Amino acid sequence: MEKIKEGSAINLKINRTIIYIVCILLALLSILPFWIMFVNATRSTAEIQSGLSLLPSTHFMSNLQVLLEKSFDPIQGFLNSFIVSASATILTVYFSSLTAYGLVAYNWKMRQPFFTFIMCVMLIPAQASAIGFYQFIYKLHWTNNFLPLILPAIAAPAVVFFMRQYLLATLSLEIVEAARVDGSGEFKTFNRIILPLMMPAVATQAIFAFVANWNNLFMPLILLTQKEKYTMPIMVSLLRGDIYKTEFGSIYMGLALTALPLFVVYFLLSRYIIAGVALGGVKE
Amino acid sequence: MRRKGVNYSKYGYIFTLPFVLAFLVFSLYPIIYTAVIGFTNMQGIIPKPLQILDNPFQNFKDLIFDNASFRKSLVNTGLLWITNFIPQIILALLLTAWFTNKRLNIKGQGAFKVLLYMPNIITASTIAVLFSTLFAYPMGPVNSLFQSLGWTDAPVFFLQDKTTARGIVSFIQFWMWYGNTMIILIAGVMGINPALFESAAIDGANGWQTFFRITLPSLRTILLYTLITSMIGGLTMFDIPQLFLLGGPDDATLTTSMFIYGQAFKGSYLYNRAAAASMILFIIAAVLSGILFYLMRDRDAAKLKKTQKQLRKSARAAAKVEV
Repeated sequence: MEKIKEGSAINLKINRTIIYIVCILLALLSILPFWIMFVNATRSTAEIQSGLSLLPSTHFMSNLQVLLEKSFDPIQGFLNSFIVSASATILTVYFSSLTAYGLVAYNWKMRQPFFTFIMCVMLIPAQASAIGFYQFIYKLHWTNNFLPLILPAIAAPAVVFFMRQYLLATLSLEIVEAARVDGSGEFKTFNRIILPLMMPAVATQAIFAFVANWNNLFMPLILLTQKEKYTMPIMVSLLRGDIYKTEFGSIYMGLALTALPLFVVYFLLSRYIIAGVALGGVKE
Repeated sequence: MRRKGVNYSKYGYIFTLPFVLAFLVFSLYPIIYTAVIGFTNMQGIIPKPLQILDNPFQNFKDLIFDNASFRKSLVNTGLLWITNFIPQIILALLLTAWFTNKRLNIKGQGAFKVLLYMPNIITASTIAVLFSTLFAYPMGPVNSLFQSLGWTDAPVFFLQDKTTARGIVSFIQFWMWYGNTMIILIAGVMGINPALFESAAIDGANGWQTFFRITLPSLRTILLYTLITSMIGGLTMFDIPQLFLLGGPDDATLTTSMFIYGQAFKGSYLYNRAAAASMILFIIAAVLSGILFYLMRDRDAAKLKKTQKQLRKSARAAAKVEV
């Protein structure tokens, strides 16, 4: 009996060691490409060509200079991406909360059919409607405009679904009743009382909506043709073009600049992001 | 009082109106418009009035029977999705089994989760260009690494070989998404009734038995959810292959979304063909998710019935004991 226990303890130890090694290797695999990216952003092209290094060098400024001399404008790209992502995020979380509240707080005839409808359209990919969308926007003369990238964010079925689950779990209709007794209008009740109560869910969804919009390539690539309207992901595609063919240092610099804001956001909010991912899966 | 209650129901319509309007204008109308364009001869940079073809299904027929590039893009899309989803779900399940095993008691799970999820948050375009630069020929970081480790003598032109190029695209997708899948599965395991695990432990089940007999069956719904979202994502795969190799070498990494984009927006203005391809993609997505939804609902209902039956049975047994 003693022996079996001892054996299983040793087994446990071996298992644990293997697991830690695998996890550490996977973590390194996550870090390494980005590490090389940041390090190579500070190395000259000649240094990069001569071999791999994990230590930064001193060519940060010259790489930046070469990068900015050509058509790469990270500040403009950052601003454009920020305008699109921030506006779309605000629309998404506000109107999704409003829609979810409409679904939970009021008893109306079409409530159940409408919810079923949201479930059905949740999975329609943007690519399915891209051609019609482009033609429609083209006729409105809205290409090279941020509005067609922002306004569709009002209808975000997946976010409505999430907000509805949250409200079902947390909203007490007594608060709504009490507000009515106090003479608060329905919109005022939503804006002043319900929306602040929904803040945890709003914050989670806002992070994901912002990142998704920030990273979106397909729609901006179709709609934006003027360079000064380019968002970050389109700007990244410039780095692949002929103009930077041999300037590896500045290519890495450009990549690092586009990734940096996301790294900052991620490490500030990682706890909420991980929790949000976990919540997204438990959709029952 | 009652009349007042009825009165409020109109706010249900008012509050959901913006969603409905935005959906009608920016989703439903474009989808119908896309479908219509698929039946027309709409080509060229100058917009013409829509004209339905003599044989409305000509575009679809051409795509499916005569367009090798489109067929290839469908095969590639499926291939790239399967080759990244299978290893992704296996690794995610393995990590889930490790992280949720109380006996193993793995420390630093929070840090591992943060690091393994990290690639998912970084812009896919950036990652695609980064990898194409990492695999550069003749001198790129991967080539340097392989040579200094002695794995290769001469620099390897990774991106010229079809299989390698596809493999790298699959790997990037896998690398970006397994952390996400893992976190979702761990959350699913946390949601399983702990009593199930306790009784398994009392019955003397070992780690593997517990995992395959208890954890996996309980995760069925979440696994299907992962499958559906991953499948839709896989069908619309665009950013990584588009910026990694622009579909090359020899269309080996051309996906259906890239085909649609290429037909309409890269100088050929074949809107009708692109629209027909979009509709085919849409129908495939709808059919596949329909099948998966059907499987999910059916099993859930069956499970519910089963548990109800068991409950009634145990209630009866309990009643008997009391008597």
